[in-house]
Amino acid sequence: MRIELQKRDGVSTLFAVLSPFVALGLTLIAGVILFVALGKDPVAALYSFFIEPLTEIWSLHELAIKAAPLILIAVGLSVCFRSNNWNIGAEGQFIIGAMAGSILPVVFHGWQSPLVLPLMIVFAMIGGAAYAAIPAFLKARLNTNEILTSLMLVYVAQLFLDWTVRGPWRNPEGFNFPETRNFHDYAVLPRIIETGKTHWGFGFALIAAIVLWFVMRRTLKGFEITVLGQSARAGRFAGFSDKKMVYFAFLLSGALAGLAGMAEVSGSIEQLRPVISPGYGFTAIIVAFLGRLNPLGIVAAGLVLALTYLGGEAAQISIGITDKVTRLFQGLLLFFVLGCDTLIHYRIRLVFGAAQKGSAA
Amino acid sequence: MKKTLFLLAAATALAGIAAPANAQGMDKVKACFIYVGPVGDFGWSYQHDQGRLYVEEKLGDKLETAYLESVPEGADSERALERFARSGCNIIFTTSFGYMDATNKVAKDFPDIKFEHATGYKREHPNVATYDSKFFQGRYVIGQIAAKMSKTGSAGYIASFPIPEVVQGINSFMLGAQSVNPEFKLKVVWVNTWFDPGKEADAAKVLLDGGVDILTQHTDSTAPMQVAAERGAYAFGQASEMIAFGPNTQLTSIIDEWGPYYMERITAVLEGTWEQQATWAGMAEGHVVMAPYTNMPDDVKAMAEETEAKITSGEFHPFTGPIKKQDGSEWLAEGQVAEDGELAGLNFYVAGIDDQLPQ
Repeated sequence: MRIELQKRDGVSTLFAVLSPFVALGLTLIAGVILFVALGKDPVAALYSFFIEPLTEIWSLHELAIKAAPLILIAVGLSVCFRSNNWNIGAEGQFIIGAMAGSILPVVFHGWQSPLVLPLMIVFAMIGGAAYAAIPAFLKARLNTNEILTSLMLVYVAQLFLDWTVRGPWRNPEGFNFPETRNFHDYAVLPRIIETGKTHWGFGFALIAAIVLWFVMRRTLKGFEITVLGQSARAGRFAGFSDKKMVYFAFLLSGALAGLAGMAEVSGSIEQLRPVISPGYGFTAIIVAFLGRLNPLGIVAAGLVLALTYLGGEAAQISIGITDKVTRLFQGLLLFFVLGCDTLIHYRIRLVFGAAQKGSAA
Repeated sequence: MKKTLFLLAAATALAGIAAPANAQGMDKVKACFIYVGPVGDFGWSYQHDQGRLYVEEKLGDKLETAYLESVPEGADSERALERFARSGCNIIFTTSFGYMDATNKVAKDFPDIKFEHATGYKREHPNVATYDSKFFQGRYVIGQIAAKMSKTGSAGYIASFPIPEVVQGINSFMLGAQSVNPEFKLKVVWVNTWFDPGKEADAAKVLLDGGVDILTQHTDSTAPMQVAAERGAYAFGQASEMIAFGPNTQLTSIIDEWGPYYMERITAVLEGTWEQQATWAGMAEGHVVMAPYTNMPDDVKAMAEETEAKITSGEFHPFTGPIKKQDGSEWLAEGQVAEDGELAGLNFYVAGIDDQLPQ
């Protein structure tokens, strides 16, 4: 006996729209079972996980700060994924962007001027895009699998940051601890409103989402991305170049990931450390799919994922459950999203007896 | 209960310790802890959590505690601290060096909450205190044991970050070993993490493959102990009692006892006598404790116990001259003892260590 996935003839539009909500609902049910098994009150647990962080103003600001890098990276990735380019290395582009953006405040810290911040943004986007250009070049020229190359470059970036912060960029007054000097005031991303902590990283995320939503919906470029993603051959007949699209998609997602990296170090950490991201580049992949690869959907999905981080902390403090539950929740969410999507497009068929020759499983 | 508190407060006042003019006792205190690793690391974070449980048991319903584990150093720690500050904590212990800037930033916004940062040096606001222990005292004792027990005359040291605290430990270990065997060799591997069982185990294997037969570590997991147990080598526990992970392997362990310190500071908040200070205590105060000396002959044990007693009584200081720096120049003259301030910024090796300190 074996299991086969069979494509459904028609896909229900209603369910395609409902799918993320069904997935969220299933995650909640799984959460209840989990908390009961752990001997905790499931209502209190889910309250502190999903509601408590939304009840206070300061916490909403933290939510925006946490969601900003996720959204910024994920909207870039959505263009990539839609055009059938699989950039798994946003984490690395985030790191290289953050490093390129930190050159001015760390190496040339004596130069303090209002020009520093705009230049940091430019450097960061160039840095992230340049790093994403490597797998793009390898794919366009040598037909290398970009999933592998972009993923492996993440580890290169992590080690490069680690080495730089311990070596040439280490704070000379930092007692040998591996971190750079703190950014000066001109290199710190300002807050959007004075009363709260949310910095312009969140502003960048919203702007990027709206612009890309417009590009995808209303422009020829958006059409080109979609056509090439669905069928490169059909795209070529329409006169689109799939090679150019590889570069476009990678450079765009790399630049946005780089900008996210700069916003994180400049707005939140205010220095470079050996580790600057708790895996934003990878979590953003979940965010992109949870948002149905739609830039506006991604804004909502980014906020939901950020909520699970904050909720995880709230739940640790108020009911004493371990931080592992947070990651379990995120995993469950992705599992159910992908599961729902698959089952909307395919039906499961049990096949009895010997496999037919040539049938694709 | 209130009466006792009043008496205590009166007693401290009589003892000449100036309490702040607005000293106000509390009936109940909420103490919060933030850990860099999981409480189940059986090392650094575990030991801080033991301290939390110790005070919880002693103070009973006058104390409420909360903790956050595996909080990354950086933006996340600042948010976690802010959440603590807003959830009614009266005193917050931040138990990793990397929380230093976040601690000071949040402390500025919450002047009524006391912050206690472990192993750091920044006290930018009157509500920030720092605390640390003289772990190097225990390192000297285990260095002596290593030199006695090693057949190859060499030990492997798994080190985390080249910050003064870790460099003190390596130097003290080496001085202890040299006091027994002047030709003793020490190999150091930097793993650049506080807690990563995989990396720590790899470092342990590399060191054992390189010919050492005793391991010591300044990282938080039990992995090196377990590797040593598999290979039939000896090892020293770190931060916590690790004998369960190597019953025939652990010679002793340098145990961090945070309980008494936490008790003292939390009680000070209860009584309204908390003040900013920088604590650096060791064996004499009971903050650094040696686990039972096991798997060694009686004469080695006797030597270790004698050294421990001398350090505890203050009769002996591990950094007593003559000591030369790695480059051969003189550091401490005959009989000269290193100042605490100099140790706190230590950034060079003593002579005889076969490693280049990462600069």
